Parts: sequence; C-alpha cells; structure tokens
Amino acid sequence: MSAPALRVAHLYPRLMNIYGDRGNIMCLRRRCEARGIGFELTDLSTGDRLDPAAFDLIFAGGAQDREQRGVAEDLLATKAAAVREAVERDVVLLAVCGAYQLFGRSYRESTGVELPGAGIFDLRTEHPGPGAKRCIGNIVAEWGAPDGTTRTIVGFENHGGRTRLGPGARPLARVRRGFGNNGEDGTEGAVYRNAIGTYIHGSLLPKNPALADHLIATALRRRHGEVALAPIDDRAELRAHEAALRLR
Amino acid sequence: MEIRTLAAIVAGKAAGVASRVLGRGGGTAVAGLVAERIDPGFVRRLGAQAGHGAIAVTGTNGKTTTALMLSRIAREAGLAPLHNRSGSNLMRGVAALFVQEASLGGRIADAARRLAILEVDEATLPLIVPAVRPRVVVFTNLFRDQLDRYGEVDAVAQAWARALDDEPADMTLVLNADDPGVAHLGAGARGRVLYYGVDDTGAAVAGDEHASDFRTCLRCGAELAYDATFYGHIGHWRCDACGNRRPAPDVRITRVEQGEDATALRIVSPAGELRVTLPLAGLYNAYNALAASAGAIALGLSADAIVAALDGFSAAFGRQERFRVDGHEVWVLLGKNPTGLNQVLRAIAAREGRKRLLFFLNDGIADGRDVSWIWDADYELAQPQAEWVLAAGTRAEDLALRLKYAGFGGDVPVEHDARAALRRAIAETPPAGTLYVVPTYTAMLEVRELLARRDGSARHFWEDA
Ligand SMILES: [Zn+2]
Repeated sequence: MSAPALRVAHLYPRLMNIYGDRGNIMCLRRRCEARGIGFELTDLSTGDRLDPAAFDLIFAGGAQDREQRGVAEDLLATKAAAVREAVERDVVLLAVCGAYQLFGRSYRESTGVELPGAGIFDLRTEHPGPGAKRCIGNIVAEWGAPDGTTRTIVGFENHGGRTRLGPGARPLARVRRGFGNNGEDGTEGAVYRNAIGTYIHGSLLPKNPALADHLIATALRRRHGEVALAPIDDRAELRAHEAALRLR
Repeated sequence: MEIRTLAAIVAGKAAGVASRVLGRGGGTAVAGLVAERIDPGFVRRLGAQAGHGAIAVTGTNGKTTTALMLSRIAREAGLAPLHNRSGSNLMRGVAALFVQEASLGGRIADAARRLAILEVDEATLPLIVPAVRPRVVVFTNLFRDQLDRYGEVDAVAQAWARALDDEPADMTLVLNADDPGVAHLGAGARGRVLYYGVDDTGAAVAGDEHASDFRTCLRCGAELAYDATFYGHIGHWRCDACGNRRPAPDVRITRVEQGEDATALRIVSPAGELRVTLPLAGLYNAYNALAASAGAIALGLSADAIVAALDGFSAAFGRQERFRVDGHEVWVLLGKNPTGLNQVLRAIAAREGRKRLLFFLNDGIADGRDVSWIWDADYELAQPQAEWVLAAGTRAEDLALRLKYAGFGGDVPVEHDARAALRRAIAETPPAGTLYVVPTYTAMLEVRELLARRDGSARHFWEDA
C-alpha cells in the first residue's frame, strides 16, 4: 500500500469558479497536508479527458449561465461517461450549485428549453421562468453525518432553478433555514453512492469541516483502507460555523 | 417650468432637510426619491439646463474616483461641475443632486457653465441614459460584485448593451480596451467610440489571476488568451478562435512608474502627450486617471486641465483616503469585491515596512449579502508584511477564517463593532505609524464617519464638497 495521498480532479477551475469555489479546494488541501496526507490536484478544462481510475475525489463548482452552457456541452462530450464510471466505482464527487444541476438528468431553462444533464444524480431541475424569484440567502441545513449524529451545514445559496429528486437519489440534508433544492419539500442537495451535490456555497467546506473530513475519509478509503484523520485546530472554522448558525 | 417639477423640488428639499435634522446620513437619497415620485421627468428637465451637458461614469470598480477626477478636471477647465458625490449613484441620488442644486423657481444657478458629472451604478445605467442623454459615457471595468444583487457579470453586460441600443448617435462611448467585457460594447456602438488602455506591458503581472471574470470570448465563446495581464481579466486579450481582440486604444498609457504613494504616467492621446504624476498608488488608480483623461478628451477639455487636476488630485471618499488620528496615519482603502480588493492589497504591499491591518467584512444590502467572494480574493498578498491583523464587521468570523487560510494564523481576533475595532487598531499602532483599514462599502461609511470625528480636517460625507 502506498503512502496515503488524495488525488483530486477539479473540473473547469477557470470557468466554474463563481462563488468562492476555490475555498473548497484550499480546504481539502489544508486538511490533508495538516495530517501528512499527500494532496495531488489536477485541473481538467475544456477538451481534457478524465481517467475514471486516476482520482479519489472529483470537484466541480458553479458557473455563470454563458459559461455553464459551454461547460455542459464539453461535459457531455468529454467527461460525463467517465465521471459516471468513477462514481459507480465509489469515487467521491462534490458538485456545487451549477455543477450540481449539470450532473442531474436534465435542466429546463427559463425559456422552456430542456437541456440534458450528465445523469449522475437522479434529479431534474427546472427554472420556473424569467419572472420567478431566485433562491438567495443564508442557508442552514441538517445533515445526518456518517457517525450517526446530526450536524449542521451552513453557507449561502443563489440559484434560479428548482431541483426535485427522483427515487434514485436521497437528499443530503434537511433545510432548517433557507430554500434548499426547491423551497418546498425541505430537502437540500443529493447523495448517490459517494457523490454529493448541493446548492450550498460560501465556501462550503472551510466552514463545514466535518463534511470536509467526511469527503476526505471516504475518498481515501478506497485505496488506503480506513485512514484515521487526526483532530486539527478548527477553532476559527467552528467559530465561523457557529456565527453562520445565527445569521438571518 | 411645470408645476409638478417645482412641487418636486420643494418636497425634495423639505424631505432632505427633515432627514438631515433627524441625522439620517445627509438625506441625499430621500430628497431624490421624493422628487422622482412627484415628477418622474424631474431628472430630464433639470439636467437639460446644464450648458455643457452631462457625462456619465459607470463600471464595477473605480467609478467614484474617476468621476471625482473628471470633476476636478472640469473645474480646472473653467466649468462648474454638478457632481453626485458620496456614492449616491442610483437614480434617486442623481435626482437628489438636482434637488439640491435647483432654486425654488426650478433654476440651476450658473447654468451656462454647468457640466453634469454623474457617477452611475452599473445596474442604473439603463435608466440614466434615456433620462439624461449624456454626451459621453465612460465605462471603467466589469467585475463580479454582489452576485446576490446584480446577478452575474453577464446580466450587467447585457443590461449595458440594451441601454446603448437606442443611444443617441451623438453620444460618445469611452471604453476600456483592456477589459473584454467593456470593449465589447464598442462593436455595436452607433456613435463615436474612444478606447483607452495601458500599452506598457512592464506593468503586467506574471501568469493570470484567480479573480478573473471574463474567461471566454463574448463573440464566440472560446477561451481568451492574454499577451499581458494587468489585473483580473484586464490586459492584452485576444481570441484565437474568431480573431476578436483588444482594440487599439486611442488614449493610452505608454509608460507607468509605480511608487509607494504616487504613480507617474505618460499618456499618449489625440490631445497630445500628457505627463502626469498622480499622488495615488496602485495600477487601478492609473486606470482611473486614464479613464478620466479619456472622458475629458471626449468632452473636448484641454490637456493642461487634465494634467493640473490629476497632479493635484486627492483621494475620493474612502478610496485610499488618509486621516490623522492622535498622531497616527490611518489609510482607508475600500475593498468590496475580489478584483478591487486584490488591487488594494497590492498597493498596500508595495509600501515599505511592517503593516497593521484592519479588515472589515459586512454583509449589508449595499455590500452584498453573500460573502463567498472573499475566497476569490488574495489576502495572501498582504500576509508577509503583516505585523498585526484584526478581522472586523458583521461577518468577522468568516473573514478571520479566510485570513487563517491566507497564513495570518488560526487565532485572528474578531470584532463586530466598528468603533471598538478602530479603537483596538489605533491602540496597536505606534506613534507616527500607519494603520491600514480595508473595509467593504457599508463598513467604509461607518469607519469614515468615526475617523472624521477624530480628524479635524475631515468632514461628514454629505458635506464633502
Ligand atoms: Zn472569439
């Protein structure tokens, strides 16, 4: 067995980076390096192929509409099948906001045009139309952590599309405050195998260190077995998390 | 003069006075709001009196400084500027300017010498263009700012293009050639276009910056390439797929020398060569001076007036503004979005010595409720010289966490209250030392108000004249 190292693929880091997504990568790196775990980052952009066997964790963030259209085409052409294969092999996927929508089955634009998605998550997203209010604001959701406890996930959401899960996906968390997937059924995000999709940015991982460690531990388990993640100094992280619980 | 317009002036003035008596921040917005409600044609009717017409300045960063530079240039040129100061750059702020300047009889004094210089919020431009019909519109740049309020940069770019759709053919557009999101507006322009840009590639940064908002060509969607990047997505850009590229600028900086507190510029323009020593640091201020020069040239103002105004310039409201407090020097540098903040951090880092830094992060409506942008800004730039740091504002804990990631340590202190934060920071600053305060917009208003009380030379912002 090799020395543990987390091999991360960042999809479209230049085109999908709108809501502080860089913070999620910085967080993964920091939490690995603080524990002597290697961190190997590969940026995959337009035209690049993804080797489904080469990564432990795949991350994709949010984009602007114009860039998201281009990304969607490239994703379907060069990466969707490989990401699907990786997810079936239990590779960890974290898809935030725009990427979360793209990895569903379909996205219906405000104009009514239906775009196909990468089909990782069993979900569909619809934009209710140009006049509809966006789901914008601070969000707190309750997440059933793998250790059996219920934890909070905090952040910010800003999306026009409403997402509904099919039977093949389960929600990541229950909304305590905010909109979540659609503002109606109380669900936030989606989970399928080790793939997680969510609308929560802000950045997501720095302020939610338990979720970050869950992703790291799950991603390392496939190749390295159970890797104990030693506690690290999370005072600033938890202080920011607690403060976010009090926001309106 | 229509009765409705006169009624709007009276009611607006009364509302302004009432608000000022109640201490509500000068009452500028209220006065304009009331006048606009009584007479929706108010701005158009009053604005038409200005003998030299109007120039509008819009964009994400730099519009306050650029508009103030234009105001000083106009004064040097012998004009009497009408200028909406203090960031009241929505329609109601422009209306408030005219309420303030109009007599009860509906006349603007000294109308023949008047030039309206309007700082315009990027989302308000579509309302201002038809209402004021400016002779010149200056666009500074387009970056992501307050995604929860303005939407994505594309939404702003589209709103601008629509605003210009039925522009009068005699309106001149002054465009930043180095910003693909701004230069794009020139392609569909019906009137004259004056491009400005920095030719001196000696000012470029190595590689590209994370906080960059136009990655793809607005004409064909392919990824842009850069021969030189100055900051963010500002630089010598080109699209290899469709041949779209940075237009050759008409007003251009051929040489920039950046000092600690000043920037020497050589500007080549249709009005001749200008040599300016701008008493402000940072390449972003060189761009502001360039935009103001190009705007002034579009208006036909003289090169002498431009040089005199820029050489003697002092900073706008909260933008690299200096205060004296108990023998300490306090610099206030507004940092409200990733690209603007990066420029401010570079300007601070360019100064010698160890630094005391007070960062503020507020999430008021005018700041943007979403603070995720701090993860796209490079606080790392200021870390190596930092001697002391405090994270302040309504979202101080988020900021402290970001600063931890930037290497400032895991125990960056936090302080929500602006007064307490300033007191702590000034106490940490040695005699004759400098404190750097980097606030978001609403925090800047608070900080400035507090500092102005302690610095006899400063005034309340609604008195800023
Ligand atoms: Zn192109």
